[in-house]
Amino acid sequence: GLFLWHLRNTGAQKIPCRFVRLYHVASSRLITFQYFNFLKRMYVTQCNKDLSQRAKPKSDSIVSPFHELHQLDHEKKVVHKISPVSPIHHSWSEMSSRNELTEMKSAAETEDSVIPVGGECKEDRQWKEMKLQLDDLPGILARLSKIKLTALVVSTASAGFAMAPVPFELTCFLLASLGTGLASCAANSINQFFEVPFDSNMNRTKNRPLVRGQISPLLAVCFAASCGIPGIALLTLGVNPLTGALGAFNIFLYTCCYTPLKRMSIANTWVGAVVGAIPPIMGWTAATGSLDAGALLLGGILYSWQFPHFNALSWGLREDYSRGGYCMMSVTHPGLCRRVALRHCLALIGLSTVAPVLNITTWTFPIISLPINLYISYLGFRFYRDADRSSSRKLFFCSLWHLPMLLLVMFTCKKSVLEKEDKGDLPGGSHEMAMEIRLP
Amino acid sequence: PPAHSHSDWIGPPDKLSNLRPVIFYVPPEESALERRLREARQEAQASNQRFWARHNRAFRQEKEEFIYSRLKAKGLEMRDESGQKATLNAEEMADFYKDFLSKNLKKHLQYNR
Repeated sequence: GLFLWHLRNTGAQKIPCRFVRLYHVASSRLITFQYFNFLKRMYVTQCNKDLSQRAKPKSDSIVSPFHELHQLDHEKKVVHKISPVSPIHHSWSEMSSRNELTEMKSAAETEDSVIPVGGECKEDRQWKEMKLQLDDLPGILARLSKIKLTALVVSTASAGFAMAPVPFELTCFLLASLGTGLASCAANSINQFFEVPFDSNMNRTKNRPLVRGQISPLLAVCFAASCGIPGIALLTLGVNPLTGALGAFNIFLYTCCYTPLKRMSIANTWVGAVVGAIPPIMGWTAATGSLDAGALLLGGILYSWQFPHFNALSWGLREDYSRGGYCMMSVTHPGLCRRVALRHCLALIGLSTVAPVLNITTWTFPIISLPINLYISYLGFRFYRDADRSSSRKLFFCSLWHLPMLLLVMFTCKKSVLEKEDKGDLPGGSHEMAMEIRLP
Repeated sequence: PPAHSHSDWIGPPDKLSNLRPVIFYVPPEESALERRLREARQEAQASNQRFWARHNRAFRQEKEEFIYSRLKAKGLEMRDESGQKATLNAEEMADFYKDFLSKNLKKHLQYNR
């Protein structure tokens, strides 16, 4: 409560400086007032994009605090890995009320992204020596690898691992998470390396390390290689070859397919959705060693989720995409953009219903998840009908909490492995106990 | 950049292209290969600069023209009573963005090649 207020306060205090800077920029470029307003709103809404931007669409920042609220052991491991990364995550873990999450997130993220912009009102105008500052290096590498997004990717992978119907193995889990995280760092760094002139031109991305010259391109690529190669090796040798292959394929898909496609055709969105769907599949294959229907279902859920998430987000960025030359549905095929978003919200309902059919969850899952799925579908419908900034924002923010909630519910409704094996074998009492011991 | 410096220097974003210019350091004993690399980087930088400066200028210009023509169609002036610039809402601008992107797609494809 207090912490929440404090964050909101600091967020509000930092805003004036940014507005001042924006104003200077605006007046020097004869940007209209509309653009100014648009920017202001963009920063607030798209702060989240920094975390889970289209570049590698995966589940968003809320996954992390939700998992921190979990009492489960293996989730705690993920938490320990995430917490050293950013102080903001600490604040999220102290939060108790989920309802306030979205608002606090906006404030927190405004604060997070305001700091770099506000802090360099004047510094930004100076010439800087392109020398690597060693004390800044961790921060620079964190931004280069989009560490927060990577953390969320790892969360979805661990969700995949957790949902697999096998007894939980800690070492396997840790290796899979680490390997996935390294692969994600590598992919994000390469993407930033490729996109420097484009990133310079878009407001959301113009403060990236390579754009600002804080790190040399050579070092960035070396960093990517030194993350990617051990990451994939770890997955292939330490987990299983299938997971390694999926990881390598995902890096390739993201850097060599999605990134160039962004400038060529709107098909990039579908490719990007696949990129986002693969990590949970990787988590599942890490646990079971094979591609079952369950893996594909989890992948399918994440695939469908990407569309309302990204389409709603990109609705507010149309100007920047247009000028930057990015082919996005929101710019060129706005009707399609909204239809697809709605379609996939409804698909989520369908997919949730398939889960018990495939014996991944009990039948309580589609029932309990129905309210949130209906809600996001309702917002998707509003977005489809109204096609304005407020409905797109609502849909986007909903998608942020919808996914972690869905995964959480899915996990709690997970069908115990024992239920299937020991039906009728054990007497009633010990059956219950055995189940409790084995449930992760 | 100061004369004694041994590293490259990067400047603030250019007003037109938004790209940050880099002044490369020329070491006294630069080998032929190093020089080729440096010149290639400078050439790439220059061509990027040209492309984006021209592109952004065209964007701004066409945007102004679009706003002007739409406002005129609606019977409004560029500036209203309080002197503020009149603007169009996001939906109307969307038509412009769509148009601009399609028109420039070919140009972008070539640039990306």
